[in-house]
Amino acid sequence: MWLTQPLTERSTRIFLGSLLLALLLVTLLHLAVPEGHPLHFSAYTVNLLGKYLSYALLAVAVDLVWGYLGILSLGHGAFFALGGYAMGMYLMRQIGDRGVYGNPDLPDFMVFLNWDSLPWYWLGFDMAWFAFAMVLLAPGLLALVFGFLAFRSRVTGVYLSIITQALTFALMLAFFRNEMGFGGNNGLTDFREILGFDLRTDATRLGLFIASGIALGLGYWLCRAVINSKLGRVCIASRDAEARVRFLGYRVERVQLFVFVLSAMLAGVAGALYVPQVGIINPSEFSPIFSIEIVIWVALGGRATLYGAVIGALLVNYAKSYFTGVMPDAWLFALGALFVLVTVFLPKGIAGLLSWRRKNRTETEEAAA
Amino acid sequence: MRRLFACLCIWMAVGWVGPTLAETGSPDRDTQGQQLLEALDVRSYVDKSQAINQLIASNHPRTRYWLSALLDGRLQRTDQGHFVVVVNNRGRNWPVEDALSGEGLGEMSRRDLDRIGINNALRNQLRSALAVVDLYSSQVDQRLASAERLLGEVDADLEDVISNLQAKEENSQVKKRLAQALAIYQLEEKGDLQAIEILQGSLHSRVRVALNRAVTGDDPELAQEARLALNSIQQKLKINDMAETLYFGLSLGSVLVLAAIGLAITFGVMGVINMAHGELIMLGAYTTWAMQQLFPGQPGLALVLSIPAGFMVSALVGIAIERSVIQFLKGRPLETLLATFGISLILQQLVRTVISPQNRTVITPEWMSGSLVVNDALSLTLNRLYVLAFALVVFALLIFIMKRTRLGLEVRAVTQNRAMARSMGIRANRVDMLTFGLGSGVAGLAGVALSQLTNVGPNLGQNYIIDSFMVVVFGGVGNLWGTLVAGMSLGVINQVLEPWAGAVLAKILVLVFIILFIQKRPRGLFPQKGRAAGD
Repeated sequence: MWLTQPLTERSTRIFLGSLLLALLLVTLLHLAVPEGHPLHFSAYTVNLLGKYLSYALLAVAVDLVWGYLGILSLGHGAFFALGGYAMGMYLMRQIGDRGVYGNPDLPDFMVFLNWDSLPWYWLGFDMAWFAFAMVLLAPGLLALVFGFLAFRSRVTGVYLSIITQALTFALMLAFFRNEMGFGGNNGLTDFREILGFDLRTDATRLGLFIASGIALGLGYWLCRAVINSKLGRVCIASRDAEARVRFLGYRVERVQLFVFVLSAMLAGVAGALYVPQVGIINPSEFSPIFSIEIVIWVALGGRATLYGAVIGALLVNYAKSYFTGVMPDAWLFALGALFVLVTVFLPKGIAGLLSWRRKNRTETEEAAA
Repeated sequence: MRRLFACLCIWMAVGWVGPTLAETGSPDRDTQGQQLLEALDVRSYVDKSQAINQLIASNHPRTRYWLSALLDGRLQRTDQGHFVVVVNNRGRNWPVEDALSGEGLGEMSRRDLDRIGINNALRNQLRSALAVVDLYSSQVDQRLASAERLLGEVDADLEDVISNLQAKEENSQVKKRLAQALAIYQLEEKGDLQAIEILQGSLHSRVRVALNRAVTGDDPELAQEARLALNSIQQKLKINDMAETLYFGLSLGSVLVLAAIGLAITFGVMGVINMAHGELIMLGAYTTWAMQQLFPGQPGLALVLSIPAGFMVSALVGIAIERSVIQFLKGRPLETLLATFGISLILQQLVRTVISPQNRTVITPEWMSGSLVVNDALSLTLNRLYVLAFALVVFALLIFIMKRTRLGLEVRAVTQNRAMARSMGIRANRVDMLTFGLGSGVAGLAGVALSQLTNVGPNLGQNYIIDSFMVVVFGGVGNLWGTLVAGMSLGVINQVLEPWAGAVLAKILVLVFIILFIQKRPRGLFPQKGRAAGD
């Protein structure tokens, strides 16, 4: 079966195993080790790690299109943010009449704008199942329309990168407008609870962390299964020689569209997990610089490996948290230098380093034998 | 306490010295002025009225000053018989100025001063006199400004004076304005049909007000005529509005072209994705700022000098980027994109750390501020006009370089077939370096121009990078003319959309339009043909 096939792979077993181990370890260190002990993980740390894990899922989504489809999307932040907004709208509706203005139906910012009823696109977001479906559907639909147009007319390479960037830029401008009904500049915030659990309790935070970890594991598994399937083979082939695959009779644009939409949905899930953990979603998630930052996570970790994307996302975001705390001015220098150094000196990323060492070792063993 | 004491001392000193100064006075007193003022200080209001007319006719340079002082009751006479103008009549001691010379005389006690009184009739006369006094001036622009103020302000008292002046006026513009001012009066007071003829075609808002009133008035014939005149004016206004939109559109377009034209060379011709292009624009803008710091008080000179300086700074930085990073990433466009994006982050942060995260102000020289008045409804801001012209000049120069010089020939040869060009003895790497330097330098020029239109800050470049790429892709990669047409048309489209969609929505619509356009024509408006097309 194509779904269980990844488990026969050594890298997938190692990745999923270490992810499970990490989840258990963090949970144990958070719950069992008393506070004040150097090994104790505070709720804050758990929350931070949960955020990193949702970023890691986003990076996996980007790696799926960039690494295996050869499409450098500079607009994946848009899908991430759309998933985030869908979740944010659900969380806004959960506030109910506990907002500043105490309106049972309208979120605070709408009362502030003197709106008297919910816009039609807010309807249904009080139901969790609907909102969670929209987490997948909203980014998926955008990717479907955009991808359909782009792949059909064979827009590829740099052109595609630039128009994905324009897409997220246009969405950012749109979401900044108050008239859009998504809270404008301030976005959606002041969330209270999710599925009945209070968002400010440590237990909910731990739960969200574990959910992010599970989502990452499942997403990774799904991506790996798709890549190892026949469709994945066509996908890789079209990355390396698109015209040739076309002449072999494959409908390349359909394969591309399928993978692109899948990746957008994964990004949407990542966004939906991210929002309750940071407690806010605003249009800055649409900014082109964020989308391009995701790409550098993948580039640092190593393209077309999936686990490389996870490593890159965790490393860069840990570095970002560390630097912005210690020397805020240095962070952009470091990030900029990272972009340059990785692309010039480390084209295969950290994963490339690992496999290069392994290859060397096997070669020396073979030589010895 | 100490300060209060100091104030007291000064006050006492002035109180004593002031009158003494006034007594001595300056030796070369303005005798004509003195006589004119003496004539005002009479008991009979009839004589005063004549004196005022005399004063207006005298064309004395201080006439306006005296008349307004007289109207406010600030023209006064000291016990010694000197004329002074009270600057501020609060409290017991008033600061005064010599009426003839205008120099400050310190403070005087109100008891030492006598006001030159006026009645209501004189007050009216003075108000009208003030309205027309500038019409006696020998300077045309003063007369013109005064005539403009009179539109809709003419009353029965002024009518004769103005029609006399209008008959005598030599400057045709002033004459026309005065005729319009009189016509508005005649239309409103007398319902004169001929007045409409004079007002025909004028775009001034006061004229429209008067005609509108006539349309709603009682006289049906007059209303009909006025409606016709008003309609033709509305037509004219519409054309003017369109011209204005076009001008703003072309101005925005020229900014886009300037920002994109360098990219059209590095991205379009060389195929290098330079995400740091915006930061090269920013460096050009900061060079302008730095030059103005080097030449304080001479913003014009500094601006002219920053054209070569901005070009050099950005070109050198561009060449450094090309040598240190881009040449190692040849044939890997996506990696080039990422690496240059990293450079853009570093450059931005460098400016933030070294100069300041805040915006810097770049001064607009005098000859660039103000606007070119075409007619009453349309005036073009000069700085935008200059930028528009600058963009066209830069574009023409680039076309010249690419089509008519050795460098342009080599660039085209290297981009069409690198191996062949090298075997013909062209040093391809050197050509790469120079081309990239040229494109970057042009970005610097764009920065110099932009410093006159927007804020100069670390984020300046970021705001233009996406737009620039859009313009190049829309116009057709590798085609300089395409960039010009694309930039200008996007600018105009944006301005046309703006009134009914709002600035942000217009921008979004333009972006969506381009995204859809690229789906339809992936190679832009003017795709390259033949060998240059590559694949």
